[in-house]
Amino acid sequence: MLDSADIQLDDREAIKRGAKLFVDYCLNCHSASLMRYSRIAQDLDMSSDEVRNQFITTGAKVGESMKVAIDEEDAKRWFGTAVPDLSVIARARGVDWLYTYLRSFYRDESRPWGVNNSVFKDVGMPHVLWELQGLQVPIMESHTDEQGNTSERIRGFKLIEKGTLSASEYDTTMRDLVTFIAYLGEPSKLQRLALGKWVLLFLAGFLVLVILLKKEYWRDIH
Amino acid sequence: MFDKISRSLGDLREWADERFPVTAFWQDHLVKYYAPKNLNFWYFFGSLAFLVLVIQLLTGIFLTMNYKPTADTAFASVEYIMRDVNWGWLIRYMHSTGASFFFIVIYLHMFRALLYGSYRKPRELLWVFGMLIFVVLMAEAFMGYLLPWGQMSFWGAQVIISLFGAIPYIGDELALWIRGDFVVADATLNRFFAFHVIAFPLLLIGLVLFHMIALHSVGSNNPDGIEIKKQKDENGVPLDGIPFHPYYTVKDMIGVVVFLIIFSAVIFYAPEMGGWFLERDNFVPADPLKTPEHIAPLWYFTPFYAILRAVPDKFLGVVAMGASMVVLFLLPWLDRSPVRSIRYRGTWFKLALSVFVVSFVGLAYLGTVAATPLATLFSRIFSVLYFAFFLLMPIYSKWDKTKPLPERVTGK
Repeated sequence: MLDSADIQLDDREAIKRGAKLFVDYCLNCHSASLMRYSRIAQDLDMSSDEVRNQFITTGAKVGESMKVAIDEEDAKRWFGTAVPDLSVIARARGVDWLYTYLRSFYRDESRPWGVNNSVFKDVGMPHVLWELQGLQVPIMESHTDEQGNTSERIRGFKLIEKGTLSASEYDTTMRDLVTFIAYLGEPSKLQRLALGKWVLLFLAGFLVLVILLKKEYWRDIH
Repeated sequence: MFDKISRSLGDLREWADERFPVTAFWQDHLVKYYAPKNLNFWYFFGSLAFLVLVIQLLTGIFLTMNYKPTADTAFASVEYIMRDVNWGWLIRYMHSTGASFFFIVIYLHMFRALLYGSYRKPRELLWVFGMLIFVVLMAEAFMGYLLPWGQMSFWGAQVIISLFGAIPYIGDELALWIRGDFVVADATLNRFFAFHVIAFPLLLIGLVLFHMIALHSVGSNNPDGIEIKKQKDENGVPLDGIPFHPYYTVKDMIGVVVFLIIFSAVIFYAPEMGGWFLERDNFVPADPLKTPEHIAPLWYFTPFYAILRAVPDKFLGVVAMGASMVVLFLLPWLDRSPVRSIRYRGTWFKLALSVFVVSFVGLAYLGTVAATPLATLFSRIFSVLYFAFFLLMPIYSKWDKTKPLPERVTGK
């Protein structure tokens, strides 16, 4: 079961906070190569300088896309897999999945990075946000399925090492991050939603006119 | 002043008419083309199908300006259109939503023909051209779906092309020939692009032209399924006919605007339509090494896909799927009822049509889910019912107790 991310895509401040988290924590390994920094400036009403100072850590130009310098071969050696580009990840996975995933890392000494994830089993990614969240261990419960087989599954988590944020602060922070990733997946969605009602309003008015026109023409048909 | 303008326009028309049949064309196909006056809601879908065709052609042209058909660039170029091209997102969503709406409109258009017997003599060729359009449209949609080069594009194409491999002796060679490589790859993408933007659209436009020529030669059927040309006035105008223009041009406008309202609602508020129009997995770039857990074709192929899966043997499944389309072509010759329209048919046909609709929708649903034993069982039942509707038609349509036909059309 996934937790509801419940994001507000029109909350520009949340997108900004999320963008900051994204460049600080994700954009070292993950690229978003289909997205330009300048697009963020345009959509969030920021100047090029603001975007440059706040979001660009790689020396890229504002008009360039959000690429990373990580080498694919290195990535495979470190994480066992290529690091996926995150440009449209929100559209592939859905925001609820991302929100739950980012909050579901737990300690697992058998894994190379000492952590596992309950929504993405044996994921190659380390828990880069552990500083913020702290470290948690799973609370197991036994579960019996219809055929009578009993298995262990994760019911919840218990924090064993505190992070710099409280649990609820961490949730809010992850919501901000997911809001940005959702925006990143489809930057034109904000325009799309804003424009839609005017198009429909126009068509509704036009419909009245064509119905009246048809009535007028068809008056003499019996 | 106005006199002068209208006189010179008249002169211009005369000048043109001596060289090209402008006025004759206008009259033959619009102001003196008589359509039955009782056409109802179901008759909107013909003009709507034409509208969607135009939308697809126009948006397609603009997409082609920025789309790059190679395995390395295709996925990114679609996102480039979505982000960096002015209004690119709108054009792309119109095209992707248009594809699904094309099938919604065409399925309803075909269902109208079933309801009112529009395929019956003398409209057999009209129906056959329509069926050819439907088949070409499926090929067009299938090839277009490869172009975004996402996981579903790739694996969907992989699965469907491998079906050709099930044909004995020549199958593997044929599949290889279609792909141009041992797996779906750059060569496949390139040729599908060529087919999608040139070959099949040309074919579609040609067939639509033939469909229209056939229609305008025999005239529209109507909800009563009686021939309006049998009752003419002293000028040879059908008594129940009204000029297509202006009557049906203004009436079809209503259909067009209602259509655009629904179409826009999807484009602006739900372009993915919950994964039915744009699948989630297709936002992951194609990866030949990673098979998605669940590969399902887009919704408009699922009835036929379910028939394919219902048959245990792969080759016979392909044959059954092919046959499910061939029987549609034969419809005009399978129906032996003395009447055309469902309004005057008896219980047997109404029952058969209901069973067919349930089977078709059932198959459409089953084609989207994993093939569990229960799903397979139902797919088999519905497949048998699907074929029974056609193959038993010569019997039940003949036996059916029909109602007497009216002399003139009923209702406006």
